[in-house]
Amino acid sequence: MSEYVIRFLVGGAVVSAFAMLGDVLKPKSFAGLFGAAPSVALATLGIAVYQHGAGYGAVQAGSMMIGAIALAIYSVFVCQLLVRARMRALPATITSIVVWFAAAFGLWFAAGGQV
Amino acid sequence: MSAPIRVSLSSLREGRWYEYIIRFALGGAATVFAGLISSRYGASVGGLFLALPAIFCASATLIEKHEIRRNREAELRGERRGQMAAALDAAGAVLGSGSMFAFAMVFWLLVERTLVGAFAVASLAWVAVAMSAWFVRRQFRVARSAPRRSSPPMPRLP
Repeated sequence: MSEYVIRFLVGGAVVSAFAMLGDVLKPKSFAGLFGAAPSVALATLGIAVYQHGAGYGAVQAGSMMIGAIALAIYSVFVCQLLVRARMRALPATITSIVVWFAAAFGLWFAAGGQV
Repeated sequence: MSAPIRVSLSSLREGRWYEYIIRFALGGAATVFAGLISSRYGASVGGLFLALPAIFCASATLIEKHEIRRNREAELRGERRGQMAAALDAAGAVLGSGSMFAFAMVFWLLVERTLVGAFAVASLAWVAVAMSAWFVRRQFRVARSAPRRSSPPMPRLP
């Protein structure tokens, strides 16, 4: 239980720090880089390696590469929904999560389900 | 040429206190969720969720909201500008995901040799790829818009 409390606090702090960095930097396209910062990974990988060893962290990082490709596809899709379909940000980003899941698991299966 | 990247601390004043709490809670929840998935389905599936765009939803929505609020204060209709601001954020996230890929690849290559080194070099790779991608994109956009700017103005119709 305490492990998840630590995860929550560390994750919240790292994500907030990157989000605030994104807030103060201009222009917006540069600040957007921080929307895809590895904030959850920074909070998770250290705990994972500490608990399960370096091999476990390597497997997670291997899958994270696939997740990052899915994130690029997701971001392009969100961009198109906002610019062409004129959707608002909240529905556009939430409905596009389906695209992330499809891309992430599609690529993960294509890679043999194990990186 | 002036510095293309600026720091504007006044942007922090635009945020409401509850927005910071939402982002903290979402970040914490995403980290706990990734941990739960890893322990239930294994490290390979859990690793995918290290790139889940849970935080991006909140960031893009807040950017749109701030832009709309700023335009309303200037008595302008801000919805479209808000959408475009969120779209710019998404365009930045496309480049950011490339640098996230670089972070993951460097960490994957180094973690079994040195944990601290893996974090340090992977973070440097993230910064280097993010900055390079952004500058290349900017140069490309400047070069593409240059001929348009240098061409003579269109004659005005009577």
